[in-house]
Amino acid sequence: MSKKGKAIVAKDLTKVYQMGEVQVHALCGVSIEIKHGEVVAIMGPSGSGKSTLMNIIGCLDRPTSGEYYLDGELVSGMNDDQLALVRNRKVGFVFQNFNLLSRSSALLNVELPLRYAGQRERQRERAVVALEAVGLADRMDHKPMELSGGQQQRVALARAIINDPAIILADEPTGNLDSKSGKEILSLLLDMNKKKGTTLIIVTHDPGIAEETERVIRLYDGQVVDS
Amino acid sequence: MDIVLALKEALESLNANKMRAGLTILGIVIGVAAVIAMLAVGAGAQDTILGSISGIGTNLLFVFQGNTQEDVRNEQPLTMNDVNAMSDVFQAPHVQSVAPMVYGNTTVTYGGETASPEIYGVTSEFAVVSNYNMIEGSFISDENVNGRASVVLLGPDVADKLFGRRTLITGETVRVDGQPFRVIGILESKGGGSFGSQDNVIIVPITTARVRLLDRDRDQVDLVYVQAMDAESVPAASEEVAQILRSRHRTEVGLDDFTIYTQEDILSVAGTITSVLTIFLGGIAAISLLVGGIGIMNIMLVSVTERTREIGLRKALGARKADILLQFLTESSLLSLFGGLIGIIVGWLIAMAIGKIATASGTPFNPSVGINAILLATIFSTAVGLFFGIYPANRAANLEPVEALRYE
Repeated sequence: MSKKGKAIVAKDLTKVYQMGEVQVHALCGVSIEIKHGEVVAIMGPSGSGKSTLMNIIGCLDRPTSGEYYLDGELVSGMNDDQLALVRNRKVGFVFQNFNLLSRSSALLNVELPLRYAGQRERQRERAVVALEAVGLADRMDHKPMELSGGQQQRVALARAIINDPAIILADEPTGNLDSKSGKEILSLLLDMNKKKGTTLIIVTHDPGIAEETERVIRLYDGQVVDS
Repeated sequence: MDIVLALKEALESLNANKMRAGLTILGIVIGVAAVIAMLAVGAGAQDTILGSISGIGTNLLFVFQGNTQEDVRNEQPLTMNDVNAMSDVFQAPHVQSVAPMVYGNTTVTYGGETASPEIYGVTSEFAVVSNYNMIEGSFISDENVNGRASVVLLGPDVADKLFGRRTLITGETVRVDGQPFRVIGILESKGGGSFGSQDNVIIVPITTARVRLLDRDRDQVDLVYVQAMDAESVPAASEEVAQILRSRHRTEVGLDDFTIYTQEDILSVAGTITSVLTIFLGGIAAISLLVGGIGIMNIMLVSVTERTREIGLRKALGARKADILLQFLTESSLLSLFGGLIGIIVGWLIAMAIGKIATASGTPFNPSVGINAILLATIFSTAVGLFFGIYPANRAANLEPVEALRYE
């Protein structure tokens, strides 16, 4: 099993939470591989370990055991600051509830990852390009409150792609949107995958979205039942 | 993330909660203003008191009857013979001049006006040892002293009170304790006095004062001003005067029945007292600064809780612990820095107002806000902000991104 050339290689991931006296096994030996440029949906009922898997893939959390390689790098043994760096460089997040800073304009929201990357040159231009790419060229100075849900999710999308990540991780990206805006966001996501070849991982309940993707990973009780 | 961006973000975030930030800053403003005002008042009081002690004269010793430390039996009063012995150049080569004095309080009237000044009964030497200058007229002469003349010098405050002017008074007759005295001169103002004003005095010949005003024995002296040749000879002069008095009072064995203060003694005692006062006032004021600091901690903890999701998001986007720590520490330091700057201005205004009120009520007094106090207040208030910001910032920095993002 080669690690190079794969966006994601996970081997035998487990995750155990200690809830008081009880041990909860959220993941019980999950192994998956995702190639560069693939479009994958992760599905499963609540409690299936889907969120836990997403957190590990997004480097927000570490597995209890098992190995996880993101873009060829072994992530599972990293410390907090190294993980922060990996998130900053390699992962673009899109959340169900957008998670924009309400005080800041769209442009500043999109710039935020660049600030933490310590790249000061051409910050502004890159943010402008990203916002143009999601069709919000005329709304750059608006604050999130002044934008519709669909527009807010586009800002989040621009923020996700600004650092040219290896993967875009979208957690129910259309969950808070009406079906029309939902379709637009989905097609934007797919579009980016086609144009730039960015690996796209969508965590969703929506079978409609799963139909649009090349591959569906189904989880049940912390195990992969179908990939 | 660099410091400029951190400052910008901190300003944005404080700006988003103006009311809350303002109230938190107010806590620091009150603390810093209190510290600055109290230090200024303390320093001003010290200047005034030390200035008025120095203003009495230069290189002076003050000789009082009695021992202030212990009880002495058979204590003898100071007399003119003691004074004459101190003036003897062979017995006391380091003494330049000696001025005996009796003093007390009295009332002076002219027309319908009454003043209640201190009265000094002196000899002509007093003009040399004290720093009094004349606006008009001349000082008490030896003839005035020998002849027990009913002549008086008025201090500027007394002249203001009785005549409403300070010139063209010489030759008028005022009543001192009911008896007519001819005014022969007006004293120039010496400015700030702490033990009552040195301008609210009248000066008469010592002989006249003893017999007609203060009811002292013949030859009795309350206080002797001794002026040394120069600053270096002050200790020597003090020792010479002590030897003379011991031999004259036959107290070579046993305790002295007199006390000698040098100007330096009084200066250092007064300096110590005012320093303690300043530290005491400043210390009390510092407590309110501490309370302001706790206010910052409180509001930063609320802010961290409120912004848990924001912290989670920032971490998801690649913020390291240090970035979050810097962000919140910058905010709390900014709060206290603003509070400190405004507090310095407010404290300065309060100090000035206290000075104005004191001056208006008759005690000239200049509170001084030193550069030290300003530096101290700025550094201390920023340190308070940092110190009380560390705990909330640390709490923010150590949030788990997963937990923080899920927080409702």
